[in-house]
Amino acid sequence: MPKTTYINKEQGILSWLLTGDHKRIAILYLISITFFFFIGGAFAGLIRLELLTPQPDLVSSDTYNKLFTMHGIIMIFLFLVPSVPATLGNFLIPIMVGARDLAFPKINLLSWYLYVVGGCLTLAALVLGGVDTGWTFTTPLSTHYLNTHIVTAATAIFVAGFSSIFTGLNFIVTIHRMRAPGMTWFRIPLFCWSNYAASILMVLGTPVLAITIVLVALERTVGIGIFDPTKGGDPLLFQHLFWFYSHPAVYIMILPGMGVISEVISTFSRKRVFGYTAVAFSSVAIAVFGFFVWAHHMFIMGVSNYSALVFSLLTMLVAVPSAIKTFNWIATLYKGSITFETPMLYAFGFIGLFTIGGLTGVFLGSLGMDIHLTETYFIVAHFHFVMVGGMLMAFLAGIHFWWPKLTGRMYPEGLSKLAAVVTFIGFNLTFLPQFILGYLGMPRRYHAYPPEFQVLNVLSTAGATVLGVGYMLPLLYLGWSLKYGAIAGDNPWQATGLEWQIQSPPLTENFTEIPYMDHEAYDYEWLANKTKHEVTTVG
Amino acid sequence: MGISPVLWQFLINWLHSSALFPAEASTIAPYADALYFFLLIITVVGMAIVGALLLVFSIRYRAEKSPVATQIEGSTLLEATWTIIPLAIFLVCFVWGALLYFRIYNPPTNAMNIYIVGKQWMWKAEHPGGQHEINALHVPTGRPVQLTMISQDVFHSFSIPDFRVKREVIPGRYSTVWFNATTPGTYHIFCTQYCGTLHSEMIGEVTVLTPADYEKWTQESTSGMSLAQNGERLYASMGCNACHSGSASARGPNLAGAYGSKLALTDGSSVFVDDAYLREAILNPSQHITAGFAPIMPTYQGQISEEGLIDLVEYLKTLNSNYRVQQTLDTSQSNTTAPEAPGMVKP
Repeated sequence: MPKTTYINKEQGILSWLLTGDHKRIAILYLISITFFFFIGGAFAGLIRLELLTPQPDLVSSDTYNKLFTMHGIIMIFLFLVPSVPATLGNFLIPIMVGARDLAFPKINLLSWYLYVVGGCLTLAALVLGGVDTGWTFTTPLSTHYLNTHIVTAATAIFVAGFSSIFTGLNFIVTIHRMRAPGMTWFRIPLFCWSNYAASILMVLGTPVLAITIVLVALERTVGIGIFDPTKGGDPLLFQHLFWFYSHPAVYIMILPGMGVISEVISTFSRKRVFGYTAVAFSSVAIAVFGFFVWAHHMFIMGVSNYSALVFSLLTMLVAVPSAIKTFNWIATLYKGSITFETPMLYAFGFIGLFTIGGLTGVFLGSLGMDIHLTETYFIVAHFHFVMVGGMLMAFLAGIHFWWPKLTGRMYPEGLSKLAAVVTFIGFNLTFLPQFILGYLGMPRRYHAYPPEFQVLNVLSTAGATVLGVGYMLPLLYLGWSLKYGAIAGDNPWQATGLEWQIQSPPLTENFTEIPYMDHEAYDYEWLANKTKHEVTTVG
Repeated sequence: MGISPVLWQFLINWLHSSALFPAEASTIAPYADALYFFLLIITVVGMAIVGALLLVFSIRYRAEKSPVATQIEGSTLLEATWTIIPLAIFLVCFVWGALLYFRIYNPPTNAMNIYIVGKQWMWKAEHPGGQHEINALHVPTGRPVQLTMISQDVFHSFSIPDFRVKREVIPGRYSTVWFNATTPGTYHIFCTQYCGTLHSEMIGEVTVLTPADYEKWTQESTSGMSLAQNGERLYASMGCNACHSGSASARGPNLAGAYGSKLALTDGSSVFVDDAYLREAILNPSQHITAGFAPIMPTYQGQISEEGLIDLVEYLKTLNSNYRVQQTLDTSQSNTTAPEAPGMVKP
């Protein structure tokens, strides 16, 4: 291990809690989001346990409604949205562009504190009795018909939203203004492009969510009537406002994951990413188009037929850049030199599962089909395929890929490969039956269901158990590796990218001297020449 | 549809018997299923291509067999290909889906109308002949049925999976969906929009009967008064005739013949008088003043329930000399034809 790293440079808890170092903030985020992931996961476990039987016999209906609400709120706002950006993005983006830190280190620390406050408020809502609106807070249910701690939860999301906005702001300014000499826009890693696109969405979209939940809180406390038909308000207005953020939110969640996949596929094929420019522009295209499709969540809700037509067309357009990326990743494998370390296994899992998830999105974007499929388990399966089969796998790919850089340690490869395979199997067993349940008509958010749906539900719960094991394993062996893992060295994967040319873990200031970027991204020839002339440092 | 109906029936019945596929119990169901199979085939083919390429490249270019990678920048031709082909396929899905959507949400002009009122946590069905059902709906085969729906509280959603129809049931305005049931039997009704504690108990059964059985059912289940008769009573008890007397000097416009007509308002706009308009005019009259009249009608918001409003609307329909509701207790169908509203299609 190198003598001085960002970890041992300063000691003591205050040096972490008051740090400006983007790498330490990334670790703070990693600990916090892991904590919330397992809480949200526990709720999912209880939901699946209840759904083993058709009768509502494990928990009361109100409790069940709180379980799926809190599962959604925690997983989306406190896990998926910050997952890659706040951990890997914070850690790596400055290094990848050749900077010593993000543009605004203090705002970066503030964003973590805002996340923590949002998380604590969520826990408060939980402990005080929970919230049962569904993560979608549909009015007038949430404004007039429920008595749970909705304003607390709304405040939590409001605060956590600013965490997201500040992270996005930081990334945008850093990538624009702090690239090292020679680092042109088209030499930055694709991970940066993806996070850049996600950051635009964070900065432009999240304020709309903030205002919307303020309106819900005002409606609840003061009764302004904006969503109340008896006062001349329109409950559908809430839907428009809510989905205007919440659709781009799904791209906020997936884009950084796609960035991880680009890096992993390239490294483990020893090849530059096929079609760098296409992949970079696809990220931006997803971000732009992502703002124009929100009403595809509202096709049956009373929007005009012609409005539905426009949104369906735009939805088909936004599907295309994701397809482009997928084909570019596959083409990167062609004539590569492929190895199957754990990050690559997760990346393959991502490509398969995200393709299924994305294509089932086409089912839902197709108007007449959506009438039958919407509000059923088909939707639940669709978004879990993209969010869990896609994004969570990408997050795990990224954590395993950059773990040596973050910690200087390697994890046990055999166990990590096992976990990847277990996760893949468990995931498919959990969510494939749900597509069938959806077409059969089983509605989502149902506590009890007709007995003929039981077999598929049992399969799904069995899968969830396997999936749970798959997620516990990394928690255990990654924790183990901190003390007992093999020393990683600077570049255990022989990857390109500036982060792999510095020590593991990095110095606080990242670089001893700011690099000059004289080569393209993913330049394996440059790497080969460089290592020929270098003595490898072994810790 | 290009495939033999017998073969299609066989396929659907086989799928349904596996308990992994719903029944096709309406005229629109085969159309929905056809699109579904198309989408499934695209997905399977897409997955096969992706899976095959991943597998083949992994084997052929694994490090042992391919120790040195060939650095390839890209190919504009390939980019164009895999942009245009998926786009074309998705656009086909768009067009097909749009056609199906308009089919499902545009009712034919000869549809019989049944009202649905959703409230936490039950469904009430009101037939024009006065039959009331809770969490149940009886309909005949072979006849287009339009459901005019409204919620008394929060968003609900009325879903009959075996018919492949579903529509949100909204507080504050009517939404409609239609179907033509083909096969006698019972099928699930689900509320599919989360609506609070007993959302999963807000379920029911639609019973599809042959026309003969359906006639028998309507005769046996009448409550004594048709909706229009209820509406007539309500109209009298609320004193509507005081202003809407029909005389030339009346304070309110004449309501005979109003339903189905085009009405000029004081602000210069003109509206088509349908169920939704009548309901709005009763609840929010100051926004809908007929040209030539003073804005003096009081609002009845909070004084009349959604069922009461339905009764009044049904009654007002009978004031039309062009339409006649069979004022007997033996029927649940009006002989009315819904007025030609924009968006309707001829059967």
